[in-house]
Amino acid sequence: MLYEAEVTINLKAGMLDPEGTTIKRALGHLGYNAESVKSTKRYVIELKAESEENARDLVDQMCQKLIANPIIHDYSIDLREIE
Amino acid sequence: MTVAIIQFGGSNCDNDVLHVLQDVLGIDAELVWYKEEKLDDYEAAVIPGGFSYGDYLRSGAIASRTPIMDAVRKMADNGKPVMGICNGFQILTESGLLEGALTTNSYPKFKCEWSYLRVENTNTPFTSMYEKGQVIRIPIAHKDGKYYHDDPSLQQLEDNNQVVFRYVDENGNPTEAVNPNGSRHNIAGITNKTGNVLGMMPHPERASETIMGADDGLLMFKSMIESGRK
Repeated sequence: MLYEAEVTINLKAGMLDPEGTTIKRALGHLGYNAESVKSTKRYVIELKAESEENARDLVDQMCQKLIANPIIHDYSIDLREIE
Repeated sequence: MTVAIIQFGGSNCDNDVLHVLQDVLGIDAELVWYKEEKLDDYEAAVIPGGFSYGDYLRSGAIASRTPIMDAVRKMADNGKPVMGICNGFQILTESGLLEGALTTNSYPKFKCEWSYLRVENTNTPFTSMYEKGQVIRIPIAHKDGKYYHDDPSLQQLEDNNQVVFRYVDENGNPTEAVNPNGSRHNIAGITNKTGNVLGMMPHPERASETIMGADDGLLMFKSMIESGRK
């Protein structure tokens, strides 16, 4: 089966997000008052796997070994089957 | 002894380190391309600064997963001195050879300026020739240099004397005003538990000749070479 995984990487709660803060300030210059702006990174991965569970497990391993840094990041995985 | 200077695609301080070791100190040093899988012939390694793999994913993340890093890990496990400067520090934290992480400066701008550092621990292969508490002048050049670790881990680093360099003012005070990037505890450089792996954001190779404005960094390379000879 072919799956598409959307991996979203967030800074852990409480960590400074200089990019988000800068964007919030720039929005203010344009007259928009956002309560907060958080930056995230998103990666879209296509992979073959035997089952949805297997695909999720593989993507989870990818996140732990490379895509996220557990010291500073949380991540979430959205998975769907594509054909 | 021969020092390996590890080159990745995007390393750009490799030749500066080579110049200091070879031309200033007269030490055998070689640039080693990242595809090399063995470093058995070298007594020490330097991972230089730069922008390996364009800082894709995270600074240092891609380089830290290349095969040569297994060889660097082996050197570290055997007690040989391994020194990571700037991007090299980022690669060492990403590889797990050093604790913590380097994240975007609290004011998200590339900072290139002189900094004062206080030598916190002289019981390492890189600082044995300095005085404890000595203030040295070494430049920084980075955007992802904010050292981050959680509170319990920071406390452990402090308790184990793993914090080697701290950003300070001219008089040696680690104030918030002179912290260039928001690093926790003003940390500019740390070692592993055994002290033979050093990571630091400032560039000692850019302060190793008086013609460059300061030569405070030279003792770091001299110390490393002395300890490598033992």
